[in-house]
Amino acid sequence: MSTPRMNPVAQRFQPGDSVRVRHADPPGHVRTPWYIRGHTGVVERVCGSYPNPEELAYAHPGLPAQPLYRVRFLQREVWPDYTGGARDTVDIEIYQHWLDPA
Amino acid sequence: MHAHSDHDHPHPPDSDDALTYYQAMEVAVRELLIEKGVLTADEVRRQVEDMDNRTPARGAQVVARAWADPAYKARLLADGNSALEEIGLDRGPYKLVVVENTPAVSDAAPVHNVIVCTLCSCYPRWLLGLPPDWYKSRAYLSRVVHEPRTVLHEFGLELPEEVVLRVHDSTADMRYLVLPARPSGTDGWSEERLATIVTRDCMIGVAVPRT
Repeated sequence: MSTPRMNPVAQRFQPGDSVRVRHADPPGHVRTPWYIRGHTGVVERVCGSYPNPEELAYAHPGLPAQPLYRVRFLQREVWPDYTGGARDTVDIEIYQHWLDPA
Repeated sequence: MHAHSDHDHPHPPDSDDALTYYQAMEVAVRELLIEKGVLTADEVRRQVEDMDNRTPARGAQVVARAWADPAYKARLLADGNSALEEIGLDRGPYKLVVVENTPAVSDAAPVHNVIVCTLCSCYPRWLLGLPPDWYKSRAYLSRVVHEPRTVLHEFGLELPEEVVLRVHDSTADMRYLVLPARPSGTDGWSEERLATIVTRDCMIGVAVPRT
């Protein structure tokens, strides 16, 4: 490939940061589960930067690459009827363009 | 066809003549690639053979090594792919995140991990082989994030209330391996023997190893 490699989007968040998942409903291929949109969690780790799957799905290069995070949510905040332990979590990989500071 | 006609046991349908849409497309694309010299039939066969040879035994080997060697475990948790390569396994096409089930230690609560991909069926296939059918079922995908303790109960795994349960939704570019806790009563076991109790379901997190 002769295309120069584009630098990834600058990383906005660090482990421990509170983040809120955008409550959006864009058309097309999206890898942010519906059930977590609008919820607030904490960055567990930074996973690196990856081409945006929402563009890869339509044969675009998905560049610049988006930082990807593992975000940890408390189950009781995600599901009002959750019956498990108060400290139970769901950890989800979310791309930076779906996250706002919380 | 068989000659006898007086028996009454059922036979499976002969389904080779009814391809689904995707089966027909696979055949067409494969034949074109071979015809145009992009691939050979033997390369396709070898790839299928290699896929079929990937089994949970590879993952069990990794877990057993981690149990036997604390320094290896630390490296596995820090960088899963390099730790696979270190013991001669394929490092794989995706980043491997290893999550450890831990017992209660002083003020830290015990932790149990379980893996799901709610969007499709992401799974570390290069390490564990094909996922079980239930892992791809809508019932598992939707229920294990919402009522994981009930799902684990249905799998026969009872978690005490004090255990922190972490569900990992494999939604993007990571793939996950649960590192189960080493059961008591396994002191002095060889790595080979340890590996025999590490099953596929233990590495997804719907079961724990038993001696």
